[in-house]
Amino acid sequence: MQSRSNTSDRKLHWARALLMRDIRLAIRVGGGTLIGVLFFTTVITIVPFGLGPDMKLLSVIAPGILWIGALLACLLGLDRLLQSDHDDGSLELMLMSGRPLELIILIKCLAHWLTTGLPLILATPILALFLNLDAAQLGAVLLSLLVGTPALTLIGMTGAAITVHLRRGGLLLAVLVLPLTIPILIFGVATVGAASDPLVPALTPFLALCGLSLLSLAIAPVAAAFSLRVLQH
Amino acid sequence: MTLGPHAEFILAAYGACALVIVALTAWILFEKRSLEKTLGRLSARFEASKTDKNS
Amino acid sequence: MDNDTEYGTRIDDQETFGLEFIMQLLAFANPTRFLKFVQVVLRPLAILAIATIAAGLYLGFVAPEDYQQGSTVRIMYIHVPAAWLSMFCYSLMAISALGTLVWKHPLADVSAKAAAPIGAAFTLIALLTGSLWGKPMWGTYWEWDARMTSVLILFIMYIGLIALWKAIEDPILAGKACAILTLVGAINLPVIKFSVEWWNSLHQPASVLRLDGPTIHPSLLTPLLISAIGFTLLFFTLHMMAMRNEILSRRIRTLRLKAAAAPITRQPATQEPTS
Repeated sequence: MQSRSNTSDRKLHWARALLMRDIRLAIRVGGGTLIGVLFFTTVITIVPFGLGPDMKLLSVIAPGILWIGALLACLLGLDRLLQSDHDDGSLELMLMSGRPLELIILIKCLAHWLTTGLPLILATPILALFLNLDAAQLGAVLLSLLVGTPALTLIGMTGAAITVHLRRGGLLLAVLVLPLTIPILIFGVATVGAASDPLVPALTPFLALCGLSLLSLAIAPVAAAFSLRVLQH
Repeated sequence: MTLGPHAEFILAAYGACALVIVALTAWILFEKRSLEKTLGRLSARFEASKTDKNS
Repeated sequence: MDNDTEYGTRIDDQETFGLEFIMQLLAFANPTRFLKFVQVVLRPLAILAIATIAAGLYLGFVAPEDYQQGSTVRIMYIHVPAAWLSMFCYSLMAISALGTLVWKHPLADVSAKAAAPIGAAFTLIALLTGSLWGKPMWGTYWEWDARMTSVLILFIMYIGLIALWKAIEDPILAGKACAILTLVGAINLPVIKFSVEWWNSLHQPASVLRLDGPTIHPSLLTPLLISAIGFTLLFFTLHMMAMRNEILSRRIRTLRLKAAAAPITRQPATQEPTS
């Protein structure tokens, strides 16, 4: 029993090593996690200066603002997904390693979400205070972000794989990926709206959001791996 | 044939449509002319260098 | 090897088999033959397209007005064909993308690249005419109507694709990257359309007057159909012209590469450029 678990441990050892490597690279100074959260916080903080400090208005538009802030913060870190690995040659090594590329992509997505999506979700309760969000709505926002942000990372990974050969393709990547994230944004915000609006069936948008996330989980690793293989020199 | 109370919108729509199509066609034709010019010049030079080497 | 590099297709070992197979299957696989075909067909096609559009629009103006929308319904004769072409062009690009990635057809990539600006132009026409139709109908130039919103998103995707094509220098790499993006977009478009419709129904109950309702009187339908056929012919005309341009520009690129390689290697000119 002991030895069996050991071999399976060793089999997936590389996966854990890759995950830890990506996380370490992301959370070190200049790695992007801190900047992502800072960006998110700043965007949310700036909104009242544009719209006026009307707490009633803010609480109405808070879910949308939080979602758009999260979307932008996710986009900000996308070029980090593959670009540095491509530049220093480690992406080439991963391609040649003989490990399933789809799994490598999934692990990189997981690491990216843990260091980009998750910190945003953790920061949301504090920002919700600024935007006068009540507890039920806050719960819905957290739930929708928890389900929706992995999909953003996965869709972003597809875009990053397509633009990996571009030097400084960050802005173009954002333009390419944004239209594809519109369904996530729609159902993410609607999940929060359904929590407080009795006219909308409560579960419908949430289930649609779950469906979209699962769909991107199924498509994105395959599409990203395919484009990395096709586009390698 | 009358265009009714909203004639300006109908005319504007047809005008915008014509403008976009004419601009697109003009761009394609203009590009064709400049491409053909470049291609002619390049292949002339290419042929010249070929015969130059062969001789 | 001269023939292969002529139109900028670099043939890797793994690609050769599929290419030969396709070459035998399709007569137009050879760009030179395609250019000859264009030379013959282009002028009649252009004349036919213009005549058909003229006929469709003339019949449209002769046809009776819609009792509800009045004479503004005449915008439909250009709006609906443009909207149809915006989607048709994307489908064409998606098929071309499959041609690039799966069958490795040498002209598929040329076709997709040439189609993108034309598709963007027709999408722009659909947006402009839709907004000019919306002003008398809705009272505003822009309404976040589900169809208009989907067309707007499609327009952004066209622009993104064109930008990606311009951003990657190597035409083969650019063609492959754009093909993948086109296919990802093709998978996403129905999802986007569905979610925008759902979102629209959530925010605006169905009181908004739709641009093209399901009930179109037959007397309006015939000119609309003729006009749609005419615009589709126009699309094919422009597409062929743009494909011809793309083939020419790839020949220029090949010649430049050869010219750059020749003086250094001092090899016969048939030598392939350094890869």
